[in-house]
Amino acid sequence: MHKLFSTIILTILILLYTSVIFAVERKTLIPPSDFQAFDTPNDNGKSISLRWPVSPSESADIEYVVYASRYKSVPFDTEVLRISSTTMYEENSDSNFHYAEINLEKFFGEKDIDKEKNKNYFFKLVLMSGKNTVVAETIASASPKGNWFNWLKLNNFIIMILFCGLVLYLIEHAKKNPNLYLRKISGLDAIEEALGRATEMGKPALFVHGLNGMGSISTIAAVNILGRIAKRVAEYDTELKVANIDPIVLLVSQEVVKESYLEAGRPDAYVEDNIFLAASEQFPYVAAVSGIMMRERPAANFYMGYFYAESLILAETGANTGAIQIAATDSYTQLPFFITTCDYTLMGEELYAASAYLSREPLLLGSLRAQDVGKGILIAALVIGTILTTFGIGFISYIFMAG
Amino acid sequence: MNFLKRTIPLVIAFIMGVMMVFQYYVPHEASQSLLKVVTRWGITIAGFAVFIGAYSLFHLHWNKIKRKFPGWGYSIFVFFGAGITIIFGLYNGGEFFLHDKQEGTMFDWMYFNVQVPAGATMFSILAFFMASAAYRTFRARTNEATILLVAAVIVMLGRVPIGAMIWEYLPPIADWIMSVPNMAAKRAILIGVSIGAIATSLKIIFGIERAYLGGGD
Repeated sequence: MHKLFSTIILTILILLYTSVIFAVERKTLIPPSDFQAFDTPNDNGKSISLRWPVSPSESADIEYVVYASRYKSVPFDTEVLRISSTTMYEENSDSNFHYAEINLEKFFGEKDIDKEKNKNYFFKLVLMSGKNTVVAETIASASPKGNWFNWLKLNNFIIMILFCGLVLYLIEHAKKNPNLYLRKISGLDAIEEALGRATEMGKPALFVHGLNGMGSISTIAAVNILGRIAKRVAEYDTELKVANIDPIVLLVSQEVVKESYLEAGRPDAYVEDNIFLAASEQFPYVAAVSGIMMRERPAANFYMGYFYAESLILAETGANTGAIQIAATDSYTQLPFFITTCDYTLMGEELYAASAYLSREPLLLGSLRAQDVGKGILIAALVIGTILTTFGIGFISYIFMAG
Repeated sequence: MNFLKRTIPLVIAFIMGVMMVFQYYVPHEASQSLLKVVTRWGITIAGFAVFIGAYSLFHLHWNKIKRKFPGWGYSIFVFFGAGITIIFGLYNGGEFFLHDKQEGTMFDWMYFNVQVPAGATMFSILAFFMASAAYRTFRARTNEATILLVAAVIVMLGRVPIGAMIWEYLPPIADWIMSVPNMAAKRAILIGVSIGAIATSLKIIFGIERAYLGGGD
């Protein structure tokens, strides 16, 4: 009797467990009610965007899979997307819609996409839970098109136009009023002092370029300063050595120094070997320039441009030789090292301002004023934006949002 | 001559500058292709410039050897190093330079066993320079240096386990220094740099800044 009772209980338990498993396995998948495909806005015409509302059956173990095809009638055998059903929600949709961009080039090849422009692509959405799958009723289709303007960058474009207008206006203004006030930049005033010291000591001045090539604004700014320094060096009849890491910067530097000597009426004093390629890689460059500092003991060292980890090694070696050191860089991570080891450091935009400051040309001074006005506007926007955002008004952040 | 050396470069700078500014706002394929082409031009020019760089390097060191400048012996190593690197580079593990670069050749061996350790050695010297620079900076001679010293000590202690053992509030104070005053200063510099970079670009595009062409004005 007792045995029979136990068997019945066990049978009931097994049946109950099986029914639970069966229910889970057979959980009904409900596909999304809609599925849309459309040309991705503001792109190069090689992607399609997909959008669909959430399904009631979504959970972490259920996936969405999207298949694509060039033709509606042929099998959809190219899988272009596989995501967990609880991911990739559309921005600002409160997790009510999913959104995905499909890069067609990745799945259909660049050449094929280029060959068949304006072709329709078809997409099928499948909801998948293990082997259990359900297909969305709609087969979505769209044709990719390239756009001629990225509207997400409209704010950036307008700010750029306004700033250009401001620069040009202030340059014109500077032509009429050439006596613009400029705040004193000690580092630039000290260039004269450093070159004078080099002349008195009969030792060379060393100009060290940063690691970036001619494509970098900081290198162009450094070359502009080099031109001014070279002219003064030629007038003082001092030796100027210019260490380069980039062959193109070397060529430009040679040309700039040569022209400066010519302008100073000392073309005979120009020595091409003094503007040289020290090395073409970071640490060999450090070794070469440090070696020059220790052997030749320049009286003045100028570090101009964008520097990386080599900044401290160079500047500390220069400090040990007792040279006057002036650094100018827009690399904010290296600024502390230069401030620590150099006599004068031009920070950030002072590097760009140097050329105008040294030449005192009204046209260049106008652009400096524009820089200051631009900074003033941004500071005002930051202060006003902070106050408005504190009171829950956030529109100002959209003006400066990156597209 | 002035036309070739001044006018043409200025015209090219203006046209390319304006084109590349607009390229940033145009996502169309044509615009992307233009960027690719221009980038390829840059790479090609850089490729040719390497020969000029090599010429400059060899010319300089050859003159040093010829005129027996102080330290001329080091210049021999320039030719020695460059010579064997070029020879093994061209030899390419027996496949010669017309084939793709082979792996595991003597050229690679020299790179991994000479150049990389030598570079790492130079980099490691940085630690000693940092210590000597810190010593000089942290002598509290001015108010600014004192602030720097106090901030540096807090951040250094806050970043190591012993900091929390000394005082439990050191790590959060160190984090605050990094994420508030340090971040504010960093962003201020970045804003200034960005505006300065735009203004400099405009000066170059419109031919107002010409010092990079040589001669100052």
